[in-house]
Amino acid sequence: MVSAAPPRQASTRRKPGKLRAGWAPYFFIAPFALTFFIFMIYPLGYSMLLATRQTAGPSVWRPVGLANFYDLLTDPEFWLAMKNTSIFALASISIQLPASLALALLLNRPDVKGRAFWRMIFFAPSLVGLAFVAILASLIFAKNNGLMNQFTAAFGGDPEFPWLETYILPAIVIASFWMYVGFNMVYFLAALQSIDKSLIEAAMVDGAGPWDRFLHVTIPSIRPIGSFIVLLSLIGSFQLFELPYLLLGYGSGPDQRGLTVVMLLYQRGFEVGDLGMASAIGWVLAMLLVGFALAQRFFGKSMTGA
Amino acid sequence: MRTFLKNLAIYGPLTIFAIATLVPFAYLVSSAFKTEEAFFSSVFLPMQETAPGQYAAWWQLWKLDWSGLTLDNFKVLLFEARPSIGRAVLNSVFFASASAIVATIGSAMGGYALSKFQWFGKSLTLNIVLASLVIPGALLLAPGYQVLYELGLLDSYAGLILPMAAPAFGVFLFRQSIIQAVPNELLEAGRIDGCGEIRLFAIVVLPLVRPMVGAFVLITFLGSWNNFLGPQIVLQTADKQPLAVAVAQLQGVYGTAFGPIMAGTVIAVTPILVLFLMLQRDFIAGLTSGAVKG
Repeated sequence: MVSAAPPRQASTRRKPGKLRAGWAPYFFIAPFALTFFIFMIYPLGYSMLLATRQTAGPSVWRPVGLANFYDLLTDPEFWLAMKNTSIFALASISIQLPASLALALLLNRPDVKGRAFWRMIFFAPSLVGLAFVAILASLIFAKNNGLMNQFTAAFGGDPEFPWLETYILPAIVIASFWMYVGFNMVYFLAALQSIDKSLIEAAMVDGAGPWDRFLHVTIPSIRPIGSFIVLLSLIGSFQLFELPYLLLGYGSGPDQRGLTVVMLLYQRGFEVGDLGMASAIGWVLAMLLVGFALAQRFFGKSMTGA
Repeated sequence: MRTFLKNLAIYGPLTIFAIATLVPFAYLVSSAFKTEEAFFSSVFLPMQETAPGQYAAWWQLWKLDWSGLTLDNFKVLLFEARPSIGRAVLNSVFFASASAIVATIGSAMGGYALSKFQWFGKSLTLNIVLASLVIPGALLLAPGYQVLYELGLLDSYAGLILPMAAPAFGVFLFRQSIIQAVPNELLEAGRIDGCGEIRLFAIVVLPLVRPMVGAFVLITFLGSWNNFLGPQIVLQTADKQPLAVAVAQLQGVYGTAFGPIMAGTVIAVTPILVLFLMLQRDFIAGLTSGAVKG
């Protein structure tokens, strides 16, 4: 398709060794430039405008100035969503990432057999889409005959325990743990395998035990990638939506205990139809995430002393 | 004894984790092939009743209750559900393939322009590409919907595929790999031999970054196959919905009848897992390279 019409341009005039300007670079950047302008720059600018409006669907609106932001920041629902989302993000970082690192450390041992086999198993759940994980989890945590209740009942638990009414956030944390622990493990494993072997050998020659080697060689060596993984995990966690939304049957659950920031955005924008308020929520979230990214750059640098 | 303890310390945790990882898959697959009755009487495989209310242990495979296994859950989805799940499969295959091909070509072209040419606006464009990597997708949901509405692209696959036709992170990935894998001398030699620019890109540049092409096709295919939110917002006609949306809707249709819901999930998840088994190396390389996306 693309090679069907080779241009018959004279190519002898140019000096050899010099890259040609001409039309070619503009032709090759065109798909990016066009889609970027139409679907990124324009919507971003538009969303600033939208954030100052109250809308009912895409065609009916009235200007409200900065009232959306005022309403949002004084809305208890927004703070509930922030609270739930923050708890989820904290749990992801404090439970899931250490587990990923532990698995990576185990698999990185030179005497482990079948590394590719284990890696394949742990990685597999991250290939399953969020929507499918949510559906699977909603059946696993189901009150009647769900896998979780059958498992806990074997140890004397309540066989009809209403997980998705009582422990909503833990259920979301467990489902996301299952899905992402192997995914982050692959990153940690890549980081561990890039550690300079001579550093470890030098530490061994100096008589450092395994714990010392871990603290003083491994941890500093993977810190740059590690802080990057923490940042990605934080950014991902704060955009949590599909998992709780589908797990709780297209909603936020009893007392809205599964409400997240992006779920609030979706509900206000696409269920209520107020794209203005949705844009305002989007900007508040974007500010927060950019703040995280800046903080990571700041702390990442100061910690490594660079 | 020492080696035994050491092996236990290594393979013990690995095995426990592996079992915890695989059990939900086993639950998913076994539930999809069970009758509703067998679903409530067994956890994984349906077992024969040895005494009233007593069932054989799950590992006694010779005491399997064959009457509890069925293909009905799949038949219901294929022949009774409206629209049929077959329609959703075709939609998903089309959507994922088309967006993977389009996004890969668009990204490779952009990466080529940003690595092998000097032109006005190049460094500005490169900075824009890098800056846009930090913009959260959620911010674009509402205004993106508005733009698609104005362009008349709502309820169409074009509205899903075009916005991702040349994603910034793909352009960046291809730029990096073209810088690394494509020598300038080769491009010059091609030009001296009279090879046109587009042909040069297709027959010299693309083959040299083949691993990146493979990895990127895979990650974009996977991303679109698993995309729920995009189709949920953009598509309105039930006939157009891909598997992610169609399977999620089964919950509303079948409620507590887990069989058809699980069968739908099996249909959606199996192709991806098979693809992964075949192309494991490319997959992991592709996804870790996607780490720069953020």
